[in-house]
Amino acid sequence: MDSAVALGTFLQHLINGLTLGAIYGLIAIGYTMVYGIIRMINFAHGEIYMIGAFVGVTGFTLLSAAGVGSVALGLLAVLVVSILFTAAYGWTVERVAYRPLRGAPKLAPLISAIGMSILLQNYVMLTQGARPKPLQPVLVGGLTLWRGENFDLSISYIQLFIMLLTLVLMLGFTQLIQRTPLGRAQRACEQDRTMAALLGINVDRTISLTFVMGASLAAVAGVLVTMYYGVIDFFIGFLAGMKAFTAAVLGGIGSLPGAMLGGVLIGLIEAFFTGYVSGAYKDVAAFSVLILVLVLRPTGLLGRPDIEKV
Amino acid sequence: MTMLELKGVRTNYGPIEALRGVDVTVQAGEIVTLIGANGAGKSTLLMTICGNPRPNAGMVLFEGRAINDLPPHETARLGIAQVPEGRRIFPRMTVFENLQLGATLSDPAHFDADAAYCFDLFPILKQRRDQRAGTLSGGEQQMLAIARALMSRPRLLLLDEPSLGLAPLIIRRIFDVIADLNRTRGMTILLVEQNAYHALKLAHRAYVLQQGLVVMQGGGKDLLANPEVRAAYLEGGAH
Repeated sequence: MDSAVALGTFLQHLINGLTLGAIYGLIAIGYTMVYGIIRMINFAHGEIYMIGAFVGVTGFTLLSAAGVGSVALGLLAVLVVSILFTAAYGWTVERVAYRPLRGAPKLAPLISAIGMSILLQNYVMLTQGARPKPLQPVLVGGLTLWRGENFDLSISYIQLFIMLLTLVLMLGFTQLIQRTPLGRAQRACEQDRTMAALLGINVDRTISLTFVMGASLAAVAGVLVTMYYGVIDFFIGFLAGMKAFTAAVLGGIGSLPGAMLGGVLIGLIEAFFTGYVSGAYKDVAAFSVLILVLVLRPTGLLGRPDIEKV
Repeated sequence: MTMLELKGVRTNYGPIEALRGVDVTVQAGEIVTLIGANGAGKSTLLMTICGNPRPNAGMVLFEGRAINDLPPHETARLGIAQVPEGRRIFPRMTVFENLQLGATLSDPAHFDADAAYCFDLFPILKQRRDQRAGTLSGGEQQMLAIARALMSRPRLLLLDEPSLGLAPLIIRRIFDVIADLNRTRGMTILLVEQNAYHALKLAHRAYVLQQGLVVMQGGGKDLLANPEVRAAYLEGGAH
């Protein structure tokens, strides 16, 4: 294999990895933000993403049945509807399963989250069926970046779209957290909930909004993944959720840039492992990272040690 | 006019009943101080006024309205601000962001004027404007905590041991500011202190809290001259 092909292959894995990483990053933000504000891993978050994907498939199918021709318009409509639905689920899950357990021992909401996850999976399986749902390609075609004798380096429009949209969302989101009153209130609740309340911040509402924001990003990830793979089922939330959780831990749970970085790294690890070692064991690679991080650097790459107040 | 009135308030601090039937009133425009030893229930009293924790029994009235069932973010809306025990500034945010959070409930139109007022009061905060609050010294953090409370233009300011652990010069500055807020802005202040000397000198009226009960009350100067108070809280203590 000559060096040009080797480089081309490497770049192709890079593109695939970044695409996947963008999606993991979007989901990981939901884990990290919720952990930041209530110190709890929301294990039902993967299911929220799965619901986002289902709303996406339904939306695209309805639109094509209605004969909507414009891809851009259809995409926008589906994204908005999916965000609205999924955000409502995120809000409800918090309200029903976690808020009543505020102040309970840490194990209680964790178990409640796992219960919620099982509930949502089975609810979707019962209402939508257990068989995989296919979707006609929404965005077809791509760019060939480099043409070799027996190898083309290409990036599809959908990959480009995923990366760009994720980039825009993450930049916007960072601004939201850093600059707006809502973002400030969230950071205040993260650091000292009692004090935040004394200043007039409605802590419960801020926590609810955190769930809504995490769910909205998960909805986008769900729609994007549907378009990317073209098929989903009620179980996709489990694996994707675990990977995104790994990403959040790798980046440093509680850290927003960490979640983004962790997502991209997990995507890249998976893509390169698939390309150079074995596709069958890519999940093993991702979860080995989780174990290694937990053993060697539990605070993750960008996390800070959690100092318990006394 | 009575601004704040506590009637027979009983509150738990964890499993312990920290307030065992306390009556305290604060008139508008007054500085009232609450002195007492560690564990007398002073901080619990301030937190009860803010609604966290809620009292088990008794009434908390703010301008004649019962507020014992309001959560903290609602009592804040009424114009009650607290500088809590241990300052509780947000350490991983800048000084300026801490002030912005203090202004959560205020009209954005007078934010700039209020921030300028705080920087005027504590010029060091202006120098540290974009520094993380956690990197400030203890005295600076206390100033920030007071400034943050002022950003909401409170009608009743609750101060929990603002002098704790600070150098004498800074303590003097902080007590000057408290006196000034009362005199020039007419702000009503409820001050909790272990530093009884400074607090009693400053206050119009004072209460002595012991094991969750008010055991003595009177004018600040009167209590300062009271032999029992002197023996328990002043002689041998830090002035």
